[in-house]
Amino acid sequence: MSDYNFAYLDEQTKRMIRRAILKGLAVPGYQVPFASREMPMPYGWGTGGVQVTAATLVPEDSLKVIDQGADDTTNAVSIRKFFERTAGVATTEETTKASVIQTRHRIPEAELSEDQILVYQVPIPEPLRFLEPRETETRKMHSLEEYGLMHVKLYEDISQHGDIATAYAYPVKVEERYVMDPSPIPKFDNPKLEMAAIQLFGAGREQRIYALPPYTRVVSLDFEDYPFEATKADYPCDLCAAEDSYLDEVILDDAGSRMFVCSDTDYCRSRRAEGHVGRLGEEAA
Amino acid sequence: MYVAVKGGERAIDNAHAWLAEERRGDTNVAELSLAQIREQMSLAVNRVMAEGSLYDPDLAALAIKQSRGDLIEAIFLIRAYRTTLPRFGYSAAVDTGAMTCDRRISATFKDAPGGQVLGPTFDYTHRLLDFKLAADGEVPQAPIAEPRMEATPHITEFLQGEDIIEREPASDATPGDLTREPMSFPAGRAVRLQSLARGDEGFILGMAYSTQRGYARNHAFVGELRIGKVPVEMEIPELGFAIEIGEVELTECETVNQFKGSKTVPPQFTRGYGLVFGQSERKSIAMALVDRALRWEELGEDNLGAAAQDEEFVLSHCDNIQATGFLEHIKLPHYVDFQSELELVRKLRREAQELAEQMATQEAAE
Repeated sequence: MSDYNFAYLDEQTKRMIRRAILKGLAVPGYQVPFASREMPMPYGWGTGGVQVTAATLVPEDSLKVIDQGADDTTNAVSIRKFFERTAGVATTEETTKASVIQTRHRIPEAELSEDQILVYQVPIPEPLRFLEPRETETRKMHSLEEYGLMHVKLYEDISQHGDIATAYAYPVKVEERYVMDPSPIPKFDNPKLEMAAIQLFGAGREQRIYALPPYTRVVSLDFEDYPFEATKADYPCDLCAAEDSYLDEVILDDAGSRMFVCSDTDYCRSRRAEGHVGRLGEEAA
Repeated sequence: MYVAVKGGERAIDNAHAWLAEERRGDTNVAELSLAQIREQMSLAVNRVMAEGSLYDPDLAALAIKQSRGDLIEAIFLIRAYRTTLPRFGYSAAVDTGAMTCDRRISATFKDAPGGQVLGPTFDYTHRLLDFKLAADGEVPQAPIAEPRMEATPHITEFLQGEDIIEREPASDATPGDLTREPMSFPAGRAVRLQSLARGDEGFILGMAYSTQRGYARNHAFVGELRIGKVPVEMEIPELGFAIEIGEVELTECETVNQFKGSKTVPPQFTRGYGLVFGQSERKSIAMALVDRALRWEELGEDNLGAAAQDEEFVLSHCDNIQATGFLEHIKLPHYVDFQSELELVRKLRREAQELAEQMATQEAAE
């Protein structure tokens, strides 16, 4: 693949994307339009995240790619391979050793540091999209800070279900200005959005980039009497006994018995290496 | 004992190997050459070039071969390749009036300078399976007419002489470039036409058809449909003038549409425009109808709330690479989101059940 430029994109395109990233960092939570390119993987597979990562990478970087929290899901493998080929950067599965982490649908459990960048793949960047399908309207609503519709939606949820019926892609307000879609992470991850690392969000098909600079205030929308609650399955991990990590549910047999395991595979692996053993785990060799 | 799903990498490699084998099919059957696809599947090649936005029949043939004949997949291969190509500049606008026409028909005039030329069309074939083709595809040479030397004028020019059709105001403004700038609305007609020209044939066809059936009807006559080659010229800065760098085959459709007139404009005909790479007749006619429907605002017509009048709706959904990507991505893992929904629904059900039980005990007590 030596015919391609470092990290696939040509330098002009990277410059255009970097400008969008910088603008996004300057106006946290604001969706910056950018001239997204066709990538050699389909829209919906993370082309936005891939373009942001490509524009962010330098040869010294160490890249980690996760999908659903795991390093070895097929699409994470595919994207990691893409950058191994086109950028030749080092890759790692260890959260703490990565300088750039591209993710789909999760924030790693381990706390990130100031020298790390977390890149999100975003399908629908517009938090108001399912309340108002027109981009021309939602852009107006953002510029006027007109978010009443969103509160009405949350209120209607409560009156109908007794709870806010949003479990992932739970909307947040950034620095008391923009309502932002944190990408389809489970709401369990929302409190982690306030972090030391830079967070970049790329939506390729929808041609938008947005960002959260380190330590940006990010508040999940709620009501005083119905406060936001970060929830997860009420079990410890069956492999590493972690009580504080987001769990995947796995069906074990025809009788429908279940086990719960960390969705963050690196977190689970490192805990098992430290000697933690869950209900169905085995002692580390 | 459950082991966290490992081996994604090997699974992918094996899948790719199997895919390659399936693409080749039975090895006792001769392999397709690119030349065969280019020459004998030329309308598929044309569609891939048009919606892939890259005029290169050999690459399109390669993409069709690689994609096992899945044209949207082939279009995607071309788009992904196209975006890596360096951009030297923009060509001069092509002059379709200078086209050497293989086909040129008008539904509005029985005859006009340049004549009606049917060309290689399916129009009057009887759709009977030709079993001879199954055995032997050789054909006798078709009769050859003397080529016309003079240019073929556009039919709409004759209407324009009478001022009975709207004028297309010439403009030197640089049109937007869909592939370099993010789409924003209103997009303007130039970007709209770019988007429709590379839009999915099936989607544009469906939209155009909906206008014919009454959803923002704009009764279109095919004023002219022409197919042929036009030279492409590019200004070379070092030379200071334009030189011909090649030629492309195009299909152009100009529709003549009814218009009642308004307070400021006397009754006159209006236009819809379609221009597509290669021989792509269905697409170019459909494009012209959708273009016309989208022009309701500038022509002072009513918004009837029809889908084909809605620029944001049409342009946001006509690109089949975007559409198929987003549609098909739902087969990727969504364990995490689903898990969060699962827990939410369980919780809501638990609460609903508790409430029902409470009510029941209350009722029993009363």
